[in-house]
Amino acid sequence: MLESGSPFSEDTVSNYPKPVTATPLNPRRRGIIIGASDGIGAALARRLAHEGYILALLAPNQNGLELVCNEINQIAREERARAYVHDVTDYEKTPELLRRIVADLGGLDLVLFVAGVNYPPGGIDKYNFENDRRMIEVNLLGAIAWLNPVAEMFQSAKAGQIVGISSVAGDRGRVGNPGYNTSKAGLTTYLEALRNRLTRHGVHVLTVKPGFVRTGMIKAAQGPTPFIVEPEKAAEDIWNAVRKRKQVIYTHSLWRWIMLAIQHTPSFIFRRLSF
Amino acid sequence: MSLSLHTFTQFENVGHSMRAPSYRFRPTCADEIQEAFRLAKKHELTVTARGAGKSYNDAALNGGGIMLDLSAMNQILEWDPATGLVRCEPGVTIEKLWQRVEPDGWWPPVVSGTMFTTLGGCLAANIHGKNNFKMGPIGEHVVEFTALLPTGAEVTCSPKKNADLFHGMISGLGMLGVFTSITLQMKHVESGLLEVHALPVHDLHEHLSFLFDHAPNYDYIVGWMDTMNGGKGLGRGQIHAANYLHGNEDPNPQKTMQLKNQILPPRIFGVFPKSNLYLLMIPFANNLGWWGVSTAKYIASLRKHIFRQSHAAFHFLLDYVPNWDLSYGRGGLIQYQSFLPKETAETAWREMIELSLKRGLPSYLGVTKRHRPDKFLLTHAVDGFSLALDFKVTDSRRAKLSDMLQEFDRIVLNAGGRFYFAKNSETSAASARAFLGEETILKFKKLKNRCDPNNLLESDLFRRVFD
Repeated sequence: MLESGSPFSEDTVSNYPKPVTATPLNPRRRGIIIGASDGIGAALARRLAHEGYILALLAPNQNGLELVCNEINQIAREERARAYVHDVTDYEKTPELLRRIVADLGGLDLVLFVAGVNYPPGGIDKYNFENDRRMIEVNLLGAIAWLNPVAEMFQSAKAGQIVGISSVAGDRGRVGNPGYNTSKAGLTTYLEALRNRLTRHGVHVLTVKPGFVRTGMIKAAQGPTPFIVEPEKAAEDIWNAVRKRKQVIYTHSLWRWIMLAIQHTPSFIFRRLSF
Repeated sequence: MSLSLHTFTQFENVGHSMRAPSYRFRPTCADEIQEAFRLAKKHELTVTARGAGKSYNDAALNGGGIMLDLSAMNQILEWDPATGLVRCEPGVTIEKLWQRVEPDGWWPPVVSGTMFTTLGGCLAANIHGKNNFKMGPIGEHVVEFTALLPTGAEVTCSPKKNADLFHGMISGLGMLGVFTSITLQMKHVESGLLEVHALPVHDLHEHLSFLFDHAPNYDYIVGWMDTMNGGKGLGRGQIHAANYLHGNEDPNPQKTMQLKNQILPPRIFGVFPKSNLYLLMIPFANNLGWWGVSTAKYIASLRKHIFRQSHAAFHFLLDYVPNWDLSYGRGGLIQYQSFLPKETAETAWREMIELSLKRGLPSYLGVTKRHRPDKFLLTHAVDGFSLALDFKVTDSRRAKLSDMLQEFDRIVLNAGGRFYFAKNSETSAASARAFLGEETILKFKKLKNRCDPNNLLESDLFRRVFD
């Protein structure tokens, strides 16, 4: 296992030529995807690479990352994606890794925090502190550890776009998974606060609230999975929202109205429900 | 000093067509430059020096690295009106320099088309003026400079002392070291005015012949080319040729050399504030609008006339319309300047202009000059002419322009031409290698290895043309 944060691409991915330098007639945008080895992150990586982005892909899972990178670079015929093995709970390593990546990419336009874990407690009367802690550490503190320095950079540069993948689960505390609800509610609020801080500096912050997406995480769903979308569809929705500089999107978009109803359900009813 | 994220700044080229973020450092002395090198080494980052950021391309951009903003090192250290020798810090602008020396009867021997460039940047690009055929590039007027190398060594260079480094660092794009002081020889002038001859030329052949035949009779010569019109009149335009006034040609030189008679007027026709003039240009910054402007300008220029103009007004044409660069809109502009030998220039430029008209991608501005070769390592000069073409960049034009400029490169290289690293933004490593030659590149890399063994000094331009 390589040390966290070290690019392992030296001998595996570098068969492809480096991307040509950005020029006015051949502009290149640069992005970081944190949590890119599978699911929505991997789909976003493929989508952004297709749009011409030069990418730094991060995940703790070296093999998964390598697969995504190779696939992208093979199609692009250039080293459009670079892999960095990194666990988002290595908080103290984040600022230096961010600097390293910005130097490697030669700039930074877009950061997507996609990393997330979901450990259901296994019943509406079960509690598991270790799992809850892990969810807060990855989903919330991991995001803050990355997006704080990114926000500072973008604010100074007066440019940049931040995308955080939160969840419909953050819109209301429910009986099924209090730890996950809390981590995503925290992330939604954190992203809103970033937006309020950064809009005045020309920085765009997008909050994405997926419902059910057919990824590894779907196993955590207990019961039916209505309006489920493929990761590619979620990536498409997110890319469109980035281009249009939207603030909050749901994917599948119907969730906006469902969650509106759920958010406005009075507590005396809501606390009697068992979903 | 630490590498604070608060210093992360988006830098641009002068045409607003390239941008890259860097950690901004604003040193005030050589020790602080040294400190930046130390930090760069510690964080494995690269460093680029930036003066006024007036380059048309990525010469002063360094995405993700450290930007040494030298604008605070802007003191004129010594000025001797008896000998005309001036010693400056690298961040001194041409504006500050001429305003200091002019009232004493001197003028910088070589200046750029805008007065807001810095001497450090001028040396790194080895700029030329409208008198290149006579006075060479600015490097030929540098008596001595001191520089800090990334190795930590402080060197003093002159045409005799450390001559290889002298000829390498001037024209070296700031990739060998950072200038810390520059000593220049000013040119003595007897008046604050120039006598300018404005003459029309009716086609490309006449245009270049005029530059060639008449340059020896003048101190400065420059041509405007109407690049919006082809056919028989392709290459038509107007020549401005100017001479210094001597002896008693200027009855009152003390007065004309006063600063107040040199400052550019703040209003045009005495009414319209020039600071907003660029707004008036926006509606014309399209193919049809600019065709009208160019044609009208050509018709107006058909009248031969002679007039007197202050040095500043003659030289700093670009400063006449502040923010002119904004009139090109969101995509900004790029400039394509080619230097061609006198024997091949006409054929090559005819082919290029015809191509640009055929593709519907005309240049909005063409400027011609007469040049001679020089001895600096990464020289762009030839015994011939240069033509600078401005192109507006828009999203829909990008791919087409890119294709066309690649064809331009091929035409220029086949004609034995060269490019200028302060201007062209699309020159590839292959094109750079083709005109510089392997031997020159090897020499430059050897010097680089000697001055900067850890490759701390790198700009986006360097990565583009030398990687």
